[in-house]
Amino acid sequence: MTVVDDRPAPPAEAPRRRPNPALALLRNSWRQLTSMRTALVLLFLLAVAAIPGSVLPQRGVNPEDVRDYFAAHPDLAPVLDRIGAFEAFGSVWFSAIYLLLFTSLIGCITPRLRDHVRALRSQPPPVPKRLDRLPQHAVFAAPTGGAAAIAASLRRRRWRTVVRGDEVSAEKGYLKETGNLLFHASLVVVLVGVALGSWYGWSGNRLLVAGADNQFCNTKQQYAETTFGPRVSSGDLPRFCLRLDDFEATFLETNGQPESFNARVTVDEDGGTPRPAEFSVNSPLRLDGANVYLLGHGYAPVVRYTDRFGNSQTSPTPFLATGDVGLTGEGAALFPDANVDPATGKRDPNLQMAFTGLYLPTAPQEGPFVRSEFPTERNPLLNLVAYRGNLGLDAGIPGSVYELDERQVRSGRVKEVGTKLLKVGETWTLDDGTRLEFLGTEPYIVLSVRYDPGSTLLLVSAGTLLLGLMGSLFGRRRRVFFRVVPADPENGSPTSGSSLVEAGGLPRTDHPGFADEFAQLVAAVGDDGQRDERAGADDRAGAREGAE
Amino acid sequence: MSALSDQLVSFAILAYLVAMISHAVEYALGNSRTRAAAPARELVGAGAGGPGDVVATVPAAEGTTAAAERTAARARLAGLVAVGLTAVGALLHLGALVARGLAADRMPWGNMYEFVLTGSWIGVAGWLVVLWRRPQLRRLGLFLSLVMVLLVATAELVLYTPIVPLVPALNSYWFVIHVSTIVFASGIFLLAAVPAVAFLMRSGYEQGRRSFPYTLAKRLPAAAALERLTFVLHAFAFPVFTFAVIAGAIWAEAAWGRPWGWDPKETWSFISWVIYAGYLHARATPSVKRNVATWLAVLGFASMLMNLFGVNIFFEGLHSYAGID
Ligand code: HEM
Repeated sequence: MTVVDDRPAPPAEAPRRRPNPALALLRNSWRQLTSMRTALVLLFLLAVAAIPGSVLPQRGVNPEDVRDYFAAHPDLAPVLDRIGAFEAFGSVWFSAIYLLLFTSLIGCITPRLRDHVRALRSQPPPVPKRLDRLPQHAVFAAPTGGAAAIAASLRRRRWRTVVRGDEVSAEKGYLKETGNLLFHASLVVVLVGVALGSWYGWSGNRLLVAGADNQFCNTKQQYAETTFGPRVSSGDLPRFCLRLDDFEATFLETNGQPESFNARVTVDEDGGTPRPAEFSVNSPLRLDGANVYLLGHGYAPVVRYTDRFGNSQTSPTPFLATGDVGLTGEGAALFPDANVDPATGKRDPNLQMAFTGLYLPTAPQEGPFVRSEFPTERNPLLNLVAYRGNLGLDAGIPGSVYELDERQVRSGRVKEVGTKLLKVGETWTLDDGTRLEFLGTEPYIVLSVRYDPGSTLLLVSAGTLLLGLMGSLFGRRRRVFFRVVPADPENGSPTSGSSLVEAGGLPRTDHPGFADEFAQLVAAVGDDGQRDERAGADDRAGAREGAE
Repeated sequence: MSALSDQLVSFAILAYLVAMISHAVEYALGNSRTRAAAPARELVGAGAGGPGDVVATVPAAEGTTAAAERTAARARLAGLVAVGLTAVGALLHLGALVARGLAADRMPWGNMYEFVLTGSWIGVAGWLVVLWRRPQLRRLGLFLSLVMVLLVATAELVLYTPIVPLVPALNSYWFVIHVSTIVFASGIFLLAAVPAVAFLMRSGYEQGRRSFPYTLAKRLPAAAALERLTFVLHAFAFPVFTFAVIAGAIWAEAAWGRPWGWDPKETWSFISWVIYAGYLHARATPSVKRNVATWLAVLGFASMLMNLFGVNIFFEGLHSYAGID
């Protein structure tokens, strides 16, 4: 870890003319913004600003919770909503903090990048006059080749080395600053990746019931919910159709916890022939321009209603899982077109039919029949209430097709006409002679279809971020200097005429192991010299001993 | 196997508890070096030491020197016994993890209980490595064994969950990578929080504060050494944590269709990451005092705890698989 100075102010130019105060203010603010202290404060603010988003329900995570919150706090919720508290991570205040932080970041790394490139291209600085003033210092007998030999053995150890006459300067550990810059630059790229995804990405959610009749094709209207980035239009969606052929789920015998899921589908991509494919939780279906994720599953009971005119309609209706382990489903089969007189073609709005209730894949032996005991279909049972009347579907009020509009029931436009438990194959004859048959069930799955053009960039930048971080944290920049000096004859050295080497070392980062490294390096440089000496059959071994 | 695991955990807690007592004995008997050095310092003048050293420097008679040496030897012995017990505790603890993993037929980190158990083992194993490299930090062991006793006992008493297999979303290759690295990083952050707190107390003590929490630091290693250890551990854990969060995002993309969705657990990981980044930053900023930086590290650990306990208990989200409802 370097103890870096906050960027020193550039040397002030001679104040020839009065500086423009506005400009000076601007320059000062910029310097403030790009200081490490400011970065620190902004980082801290960012952490604090993320807290509300985890405490309050968020629309992007769970819209129902937000609705519940509004119901529970009718006074507070609108106020919070106005300051963006339910979309905290897209709010003005959150964005302001991270945009300032990234501005500061860019302002900080650009000049450092320039300096670093310059440092990479320049040579290590000249040897200082007083080597004994450096944190590390040593004197030893010069190897045979003098400065050149020292430089050679340093280069072998991958030091960046320069020889200036009798002096050698070497530096190592540029990786630290390189890594640090790579890390900070990667942060910027991560942000770009996120931005790309939210501008050009889209997603849609829907249910898909098994069977050829229920296939869906990728258009915006086919989804129950969609999120489209501001730069995407519905025409940009890739064309493909998807049919669920089969869905398999296995559960633990002991407690009904899910063990594995697998959806088998037929994909019909634009321009290709239909092909089978499989996907499951953790391994999405990756298509050209979209990925399909499996988010949930359940059962869609298939019921046939035969009206007073003998016309029958069949509908597989997904009963949405209520969230228990036994996969109890809740839903409604609506027949708005029931009891249309085939002779006149006129519909009597008061004779529409709806059946709501629960589906229990494994019903208990005795009532109440409200909770399934196991998620597979061991004792399937429909527990239904029949309604007759105006379902309110034509009124233009948007409502879910899987739900009976409660308002119609409350206002008395729809009346309850009976309740019944139905096993597969059983028929329920209602008071007016019409019949409901429970034919069986089809599995359904909950899908999320998504496209995120920033994901590759995110992955790559996450990788470089990590590499840079490690380089930055574990790299150590340090310099060593060597000067070959004639051994002082007046000191009574027995080897007058031979030379000594004075060495110094300077860790440029806080590096407790540097003393050891320096000692080893000095010994190694001496040793290498000795080996060279032996190789050269030079007879100056005595000189070494004398010096030691 | 499951019962064996539970028993081993109980024995491990016991070992940590006795290790803590043994460390406390060493602590109470004082520092071998101060004691041994006492007579020498006396020649220079009893007033020279700080108030903390007075006890050690006052006795002057020949007999007391021998007694002091004996006490010092006893203190040292207590310290070594404590380290040995910590190692025994760590072995039992490891045995419990292995047994649990065998019983469940998967890695032992599928719920909060197992998470805490594994994370704290990483912490104690890391501590033994630190001790091996820097034996002079031994007396920090008092705080560490205290943390271990509290954490493992809490896991056992509050979080205990019987063995269940994983739900499919958790049953993936990336899950193993994500959770193992999160556990590992959390364990090191846990270990790192100990010298961080110790440093805050010790540096207060060295600045002459003699009120309650600071006096505990009287016999701790020097502030500078504690600070250095705090940094080294954080610098080691931070990239691991970063990797773990990235692995989590990769997994979330495959399982839920988005790499990042600001679910409470993700949000708190983000908060912890930013605070720890702030700590490393602060430590590299010369105008920021080391105390302030270290407070950030402590805050970072508090946010990790919040993520582990608070989020699992108070918030609901996709990550709510902790096993306690
Ligand atoms: C998105 C916001 C930022 C994050 C998450 C972040 C994170 C980090 C981290 C984790 C480190 C430690 C790595 C190391 O010690 O080398 C670091 C170091 C550093 N950061 Fe940042 N940083 C951010 C913004 C900034 C800004 C705005 C500046 C400039 C004002 C800056 C300047 C530095 C410098 C100079 C170091 C090097 C410290 C050293 O050499 O050890 N960073 N940053």
